[in-house]
Amino acid sequence: MDAILAQLLNGLDKGGAYALIALGLTLVFGTLGVVNFAHGALFMLGCFCAVVLRQLLTIETVTVDPTQLSPWGAAVEVRTPLVQAWLGDWGAFLVDYSVPISVLFAVPVMLVIGIALERGLIKHFYKRSHAEQILVTFGVAIVLQEIVKSFFGANPMPQPIPTDLRGAADVGAWLGMEANQLTYPMWRLVYLLFSLGVIGAVFAFMRFTTFGMVVRAGMTDRETVGVLGIDIDRRFTIIFGLAAVVAGVAGAMYTPLLAPNYHIGMDFLVLSFVVVVVGGMGSLPGAVVAGFLLGILQSYASMNEVKEILPGIDQIIIYLVAIVILLVRPRGLMGRSGIMEG
Amino acid sequence: MFSLSRKNVITLVIFSAIVLTMPIWLKPLGAAYPGLMQKFVIYAIFAIGFNILFGLTGYLSFGHAAFLGVGSYTAVWSFKLLTMDMIPALIFAVIFAGIFALFIGYFSLRRSGIYFSILTLAFAQMSYSLAYSVLTPITFGETGLLIARDDPRAIDAMLGVNQSASGMPVPSLLGFELGGYSGFYICAVVLIVAFFLSQMIFASPFGMALRGIKSNQTRMMYTGFNTKPYMLTAFVISGMFAGLAGGLLAVTDPIAGAERMKWTESGNLVLMTMLGGVGTLVGPVVGAWLIKYLENIFSAINTNMLNNFFDFLPDGVQTVMVTVMSKFVGEGWHLTLGLMFVLIVVFLPGGLVEGTERLVRRFRRIAGPSDEPTGKMASGRAGND
Repeated sequence: MDAILAQLLNGLDKGGAYALIALGLTLVFGTLGVVNFAHGALFMLGCFCAVVLRQLLTIETVTVDPTQLSPWGAAVEVRTPLVQAWLGDWGAFLVDYSVPISVLFAVPVMLVIGIALERGLIKHFYKRSHAEQILVTFGVAIVLQEIVKSFFGANPMPQPIPTDLRGAADVGAWLGMEANQLTYPMWRLVYLLFSLGVIGAVFAFMRFTTFGMVVRAGMTDRETVGVLGIDIDRRFTIIFGLAAVVAGVAGAMYTPLLAPNYHIGMDFLVLSFVVVVVGGMGSLPGAVVAGFLLGILQSYASMNEVKEILPGIDQIIIYLVAIVILLVRPRGLMGRSGIMEG
Repeated sequence: MFSLSRKNVITLVIFSAIVLTMPIWLKPLGAAYPGLMQKFVIYAIFAIGFNILFGLTGYLSFGHAAFLGVGSYTAVWSFKLLTMDMIPALIFAVIFAGIFALFIGYFSLRRSGIYFSILTLAFAQMSYSLAYSVLTPITFGETGLLIARDDPRAIDAMLGVNQSASGMPVPSLLGFELGGYSGFYICAVVLIVAFFLSQMIFASPFGMALRGIKSNQTRMMYTGFNTKPYMLTAFVISGMFAGLAGGLLAVTDPIAGAERMKWTESGNLVLMTMLGGVGTLVGPVVGAWLIKYLENIFSAINTNMLNNFFDFLPDGVQTVMVTVMSKFVGEGWHLTLGLMFVLIVVFLPGGLVEGTERLVRRFRRIAGPSDEPTGKMASGRAGND
């Protein structure tokens, strides 16, 4: 029972990441009608926002302290981050919390990157075939990936969890079980809550603001909205930026869970496409539900009991589910019928 | 050869001449060594096969690398279990890749458009993951499948062929050991046969039907035409070409690894085809050659060579240029590849073949505007007539 519950929790945080990436993908698809293979690369850029911020915050001064001696008798080099030297405890806090803070850093950066990408390239591809959209965005993904590689190298760059959030949360106790029956790493819990928060914010934005209303109207019937005198293209551009932001913050917060390297985006991309397809192309709730569903399924499939019966199932479960869904219910869980089947 | 039009026969002859004289005309380009030329030829076969599916029917498969991988594995197993002769290896590679394509195609072709792409992608990624995990007894996971001296090789043992006199056994053709130039010429002959087959398919009623499906599948079905078996046949043929290419890769270098099945490999294949020209006969071949050539050239350049090249510039400018350019070569060759991807799709959607045709048309117009056959050249993709 506990094991099942623990795996459910394990699946939820991974599902959160899938859901966030798929949300952006399907948002772009629903508004612009573009199949964006560069979305995984945007997730990767988000991860590297966290890396860059931490590198900036930990620029150090090295002073030789003659009063302290190492075991070999040489003077010890004391490294102090500049931020800490300037701001004292507040600086130390900044360094410690670099990953959550990088979310704030990632938002403007990703917004700019997203809008630039849409204005500079993607907008020329609305009328082209999906195959060409896939190819051009695939090319963009490779370019972004290689640029990151040339600056940061090919090795994974692990990011630390803030000290206060390093422990395990006693989830079992909250649910009325005995203490330490069911513990769960605090940061994963934070990630889960964070992803739920972002998903909620995106839905609220689409649901309750005039901007969101116009965009939804544009998703249903772009021409009519245009005829009414609304510059729908500009709004769609901002939506592309928003999708980039969602992918970026999802990446930035994920860095402590999985050390980012330059091809982390490609690894997530295929999975998130599968998530989108399972949820239904262009359906926002579908993407979220499918994200969590596949995350949980994957985590159950990696249980040892399951692997004994079906070896290797943890590697392929997601693809298997996608294939079955596509064959049985091609529009996905919540998609409208007839989208992109021609 | 009788079913080919006069124009196609001429194309075939010229094509064969170009392929067979590769060692000569590649010499000034600095690429005339056998290992690389084998790659040129093999990837051309791969791209020709892919073009039969994507070019004729417009179905974009993102899983063709899986068939290449299956072909390689089958060929190496044939080397291990049966004989070092390449003929059974290639036959088995083609058959197994065909069966595999039949299975994947049967399911994937139930959907079209982006769903088809994602289904093939999912199947291919599944095979890739399985090759690394559960199927390690067959694929040997990360080490890759290698031949060994003490493999059984039933047929060789039966015929009393003893290859293991010194060192590792080498793939052979009817007793002649392959390697270097002989390996290249064998592959070249296979490429010419593959090109001929693709010409036949393009010119046949079957190819016409596939083009009909590409331009309007619904209308084809309304005319009482069952498109399913045609699509599946095209998919399987295309998979068999990939299997053949995979088998040849194993013949030239008897090792098979799962990284050949990764989906980015399929992406590169799509690029090769697009670069040359989708739906044209020679386009995919040109694309494959160009990509492999550039890959070889760009990834071999290092900082020293750049320094020499930019020597004429003033020192500061030279350093800047070398720093910038070094991002695009050597390890960073993929950056160039990605940029090429974007530029080609943006500026040259028809590929090099169409680009050349457009240039030729422009020159003709300048030379003599009267003898321009209207409309004929505009749709003048090779094999369309």
